[in-house]
Amino acid sequence: MIRLPDPKPGVMARREEIVAALRDLVRGGPLGEGVISAPRELKPYETDGLSAYRQPPLAVVLPTSTEEVAAVLRYCHQNGIRVIPRGAGTSLSGGALPLADAVVIGLMRMNRILEVDYDNRLAVVEAGVTNLGITNHVAADGFFYAPDPSSQLACMIGGNVMMNSGGAHCLKYGVTANNLLGVKLVTIEGEVIGLGGRHLDAAGYDWLGLITGSEGQLGIVTEVTVRILRAAEGQRAMLAAFKGTEIAGQAVDAIIGSGIIPVALEFMDRPCIHACEAFAHAGYPLDAEALLIIEVEGSVEEQDMLLDRLKEICARFDPISLKVAQTAEESVAIWKGRKGAFGAVGRISPDYLCMDGTIPTGELPHVLRRIGEMSAQYGLQVANVFHAGDGNLHPLIMFDANDPESFRKAEAFGADILKLCVEVGGCLTGEHGVGVEKRDLMGVQFTRDELRLQRSIKGAFDPDWLLNPAKVFPLEDNPALQRAA
Amino acid sequence: MNGEVLAPAREEDLAAAIAAAHAAGEPLAIEGNGTKRALLRPVQAARTLSTRALSGITLYHPQELILSARAGTPLPEIEAALAERGQHLIAEPPTLAALFGVAPPGAPTPGIRPPTLGGLVATNLSGPRRITGGAMRDHVMGIRAVTGTGEVFRSGGRVLKNVTGLDLAKLLTGAHGTLGVITEVTLKVLPAPAASGTLALRVASLEAGVRALSAGLGSSYGVSGAALLPQGTQVGAEGRPGPLALLRIEDFSESVAYRLGRLREDLAALGEVSVVEQEESRALWAAVREAAPLGAADEEAVWRVSVQPTAGPGVVAAAGLGKALLDWGGGLVWLAGPATPETHAKVVAAAAAAGGSFTLFRAPEPLRAAVAVLPEEPAALAAIGARVKTVLDPKGILNPGRMRAGS
Repeated sequence: MIRLPDPKPGVMARREEIVAALRDLVRGGPLGEGVISAPRELKPYETDGLSAYRQPPLAVVLPTSTEEVAAVLRYCHQNGIRVIPRGAGTSLSGGALPLADAVVIGLMRMNRILEVDYDNRLAVVEAGVTNLGITNHVAADGFFYAPDPSSQLACMIGGNVMMNSGGAHCLKYGVTANNLLGVKLVTIEGEVIGLGGRHLDAAGYDWLGLITGSEGQLGIVTEVTVRILRAAEGQRAMLAAFKGTEIAGQAVDAIIGSGIIPVALEFMDRPCIHACEAFAHAGYPLDAEALLIIEVEGSVEEQDMLLDRLKEICARFDPISLKVAQTAEESVAIWKGRKGAFGAVGRISPDYLCMDGTIPTGELPHVLRRIGEMSAQYGLQVANVFHAGDGNLHPLIMFDANDPESFRKAEAFGADILKLCVEVGGCLTGEHGVGVEKRDLMGVQFTRDELRLQRSIKGAFDPDWLLNPAKVFPLEDNPALQRAA
Repeated sequence: MNGEVLAPAREEDLAAAIAAAHAAGEPLAIEGNGTKRALLRPVQAARTLSTRALSGITLYHPQELILSARAGTPLPEIEAALAERGQHLIAEPPTLAALFGVAPPGAPTPGIRPPTLGGLVATNLSGPRRITGGAMRDHVMGIRAVTGTGEVFRSGGRVLKNVTGLDLAKLLTGAHGTLGVITEVTLKVLPAPAASGTLALRVASLEAGVRALSAGLGSSYGVSGAALLPQGTQVGAEGRPGPLALLRIEDFSESVAYRLGRLREDLAALGEVSVVEQEESRALWAAVREAAPLGAADEEAVWRVSVQPTAGPGVVAAAGLGKALLDWGGGLVWLAGPATPETHAKVVAAAAAAGGSFTLFRAPEPLRAAVAVLPEEPAALAAIGARVKTVLDPKGILNPGRMRAGS
């Protein structure tokens, strides 16, 4: 288990009183009570998408308005109580892992779409609206919200802002930060601040940019103004199978070098191809070492033009097979395996850890070779699936959670992969966030002074370190948390 | 320019210079080549620290869509390196050399230094492609910078997707050198489109023009520029009378031809339509990027107002100035008029009424020293901002007075 700061004895001793005070602040409604404190009912909140770590919180509040969030934060600030913001709890890095003395602020009841404005191409939504919920709301009018993390059915826009979530299509459309206009931010003091708005590039410091991806360290976002885009006329995918990962990497380079930026460019290695094929029967060639899924957009004629060029480029790299979807249905079939990749790996292994480092794409062959060597060394299988255009890797390390030694090895293997990512010029996390999972690896990427500087910026927003503490920054070297413990 | 100019050629020397200034409590004006000195407020500092000697591209991997360069690298050097590999800067940043009076419109003048990469990032200025391609700050993947105490730090990196730690690169982008001195920048770049074409619609009013721009931006055709030239403004020597709504498509030539055709059909009812192709289209957008159609006279003040696109025409009307130019689908409103506190107050009120943001972009020194050139921040945010400033520049020696009086 990862180390968490000691609970504050004063807070633990006042549990009853705190719960009662919170009940006055968050009344609840038709969906149920506003405060959860019974141990059995706290169970669903003790972990998130990184289920290896568990810790029940002091209490959970489920506010239905920005005012209630502000009231809870004001109270917690006045009483020195730590808070953990939570959306759908899909974080893969433990971003919503509670602390024993913390109040979890769950935003799932703030799930209203407040406004859609097609002339200005924006939507104003509460933080608990799901990512896909935005697209579903505007799809009938031909619009969509671009970032599309794999968890988009469940994950919430407030969490997307906090993690700066990406997805398979960010090579063309960018990540969350590139698709935001404004947020309503509640500070730890309970002040409600509007950042950005309905316009681009507000003058002054780029607070919106700093908040995006800040993992709940600086405040809680309760309302979000996102840009919505008109969907392209259509899209189609092709599948290219290669004899080696190195040559597939060269094909990726050649595609980008040709001036074509596909809307998606996904890479799967042999173990992943096999797992996905067994699961989804997508028709992936089982003799391939690497597979690219390439998607283009536009009219049917534009798709044909781009796919012809892509086919011609891939053909230069001695492919095992090239398959261009002729219809939308065939595209869906090509994507079926990729979209089910995590589930497919889950079927062949009782548990897996999903890593998320990014590397310069030129380092791909070297990094995949090293991951293969580590896999043999640790005796744990790994399947690689990732966004090839932007170098964001997702190695899935398979292990058995019932075997503590297996879990320990998986964690060490994962850490070695991330260290390798940094060593070749990349970073620890491309889109999942640091959370608790990668917290203690931050020293690999940043110097002590750089971490101190980042902590001081957090301190400017949250001087008492009450907001999602014990995440992002190593506990060592952190006077704020040591003092609090 | 502010007094003596320090221009160290190495990052450690620049850091040492800042550390010494910090120790002495001596303010520094921070600049690259000083092309945007007339932007925002005049800096109160006896000495200038320039990044211009920290120059050169340090890494360029076209296949990885990544370019790193030291802060003082001249923009034309970067653009030339990118062009050689068929790539470009996504945000289409303006030089604004003519607007700031550091170079006449057109060809560069010998002896006049071009804008630097660091200056561009510190001011977060983006051109017409911002509306769909993102702002300058969206393409800053990483920075190296020096704090106001002389401490060197990095944020971000040299990869396209990175959420590791707090994004201090975003904080410094657009901070006008007040939170740190940027020494090196890593940018995301993209293939330059093979072709450019523009649909020009003569429309009855600014409101009708923004409706046309909204229809274009709300189409499936990937419009990459949407500007509106009001009545009386002219573009190019031959002169095109406005109001004129402009919608640009950039892509492979087959796509540009196809999409312009479809757009033309879809928008035919909204105004009289003509098509501007290739070089003429590129020249047109270069002019929009530099705010040339605004036609600001030397003695006039220039404002840049950002609002939701449909509010753009209302801002023009409320400001009541003769000169305007709308970009970003109507959401970026350039205004020019008399450099008086009264005119400024009108523009500020117009921006506030539209729920937007303003910048007094250029003005004679007495005006820009006397009024708030940027909107006030709410008290809670200003308090956080003051604490952030204390972390990064505790003695307030970096560009004091640049963004706000007394800070």
